[in-house]
Amino acid sequence: MAIRIEVDPDLCQGHGVCESEAPEVFEVGKDHKVVVLDASPPEDQRAAVELAVKYCPTHALRLTDT
Amino acid sequence: MGTITEPPKVSGDDGGTGHLEELRTDPIGLMSRVRAECGDVGEFRLADKDVVLLTGAEANEVFFRASDEELDQAAAYPFMTPVFGEGVIFDATPEERRRMLHNQSLRDKFMRGHAETISAEVTRMVEQWDDEGEIDLLDWFAELFIYTSSACLIGHKFRQELDVSYAHLFHDLEQGTDALAFVDPYLDIESFRRRDSARAALVQRIEGIKAKRLAEPTPDKDDMDLVDVLLSVRDEHGNAAFSADQITGMFISMMFAGHHTTSGTAAWTLIELLRNPGAMDSVVEELDELYSGGADVSYQALREIPVLESSIKEALRLHPPLILLLRLVMEPVEVEGFTIEAGKLVGASPAVSNRIPEAFGDSEAFDPDRYIDPRHDDLDNPWNWIPFGAGRHRCVGAAFAMMQLKAIFSVLLVDWTFEMAQAPETYRNDHSKMVVQLEQPCVVRYRRRHGSAGHGSAGNSPGGDGGGGR
Repeated sequence: MAIRIEVDPDLCQGHGVCESEAPEVFEVGKDHKVVVLDASPPEDQRAAVELAVKYCPTHALRLTDT
Repeated sequence: MGTITEPPKVSGDDGGTGHLEELRTDPIGLMSRVRAECGDVGEFRLADKDVVLLTGAEANEVFFRASDEELDQAAAYPFMTPVFGEGVIFDATPEERRRMLHNQSLRDKFMRGHAETISAEVTRMVEQWDDEGEIDLLDWFAELFIYTSSACLIGHKFRQELDVSYAHLFHDLEQGTDALAFVDPYLDIESFRRRDSARAALVQRIEGIKAKRLAEPTPDKDDMDLVDVLLSVRDEHGNAAFSADQITGMFISMMFAGHHTTSGTAAWTLIELLRNPGAMDSVVEELDELYSGGADVSYQALREIPVLESSIKEALRLHPPLILLLRLVMEPVEVEGFTIEAGKLVGASPAVSNRIPEAFGDSEAFDPDRYIDPRHDDLDNPWNWIPFGAGRHRCVGAAFAMMQLKAIFSVLLVDWTFEMAQAPETYRNDHSKMVVQLEQPCVVRYRRRHGSAGHGSAGNSPGGDGGGGR
């Protein structure tokens, strides 16, 4: 099982919660939209990514297992 | 095929201004009837504007996913233009909103400082209380949120200039949102006159603050609030770029959206908890446990208060502060087989969609358990659970608002107990204006708790970086 991250760009407003939770996976850049640095991060990032998904204020992130 | 199917029209058009009078007296009744008679897509009329009301997940998703080129938000709220002033746009493009998020300190990394600021502000207000007494919920929360939003969004220096009279001026602005603005936002009526004089009074005060600041030496960068920042901006001729009128407009537009909304939600959360003593007991128990070790009302603690948070969400679902969200149709839009022509208004109603029985079991009941794991009635219904709207225009202050509410109740319910000072059913909203507010009287009694965890006078000074636009 590998982690996969999906972003709904219609919903992202660039709050940066994901970046706070999982800075190795998410970056909210100059254009204020989330950039996924690693769409299939290693297993040790799972907990951080789950928090990012949970606390995203606009529910723009999804974590799936492939 | 090829023919255009217009949305069905709801009953009750009075032949004159259509459904305008009904919108001014019983908007939720009107919008519920649209859904009952027409289904997900139905039309009513406000003077010369046709309004197509969308309800239910499928239609709401179209509404919330539409781009600004299809559905424009800025032109849809004629009652807001005189409040903000000409040239201050109500809603920026998604790109501008994201930039504003950064500049206005709404980003996640500023929230911890805001939490400290807010708990200090609420502590400061309850310090004026006796051991027991009464407060009017509308007045009390309106004043509190003037202080919290000004401190967090504009800066501590600016907040120190404010007193309760600013809350009164804001109240006049909020009351100046009569739906008659759909006919003419400058009609010669009492509420519009009060609106305009309140705005003029605010400009005068900002003028005074501006003069004071200009007479002082330029502050260090770290001591600047948004007033200083805006005053330091120069145009190409080296003159001040913004007038007091423009600065006032910017401040009103920053503070307005978060004021009556958060204030109303705080009041309704308390009212519903008082109406539902079992839910109140669970919330108080949770808070007592959380703060028993003398923990600070810090951001980290604020994120994990699930029982309180569920009660706030449920107050938001049943009593959404915005009951009708509007857009102006720029290009024809198809919704569930109906065509909505350009030039019409299209609306979504949190008040109606939040209570759809197919989405929410026992939809009229206050039931915070619907957000307690494994139930997620909000996440399971992203297009019907819409107290903050949804999609690209979702309230940018939602996380800030939830944090504020949790901070405030962390102080209020740990140190104080409350009871209703009037019959439970007499707490209700006044729907005569587009900005919905609690109808007065809306009084509750407070009493100091003894032997509580008690962080009442923790003496935590406002800290963190509240001032925007660093």
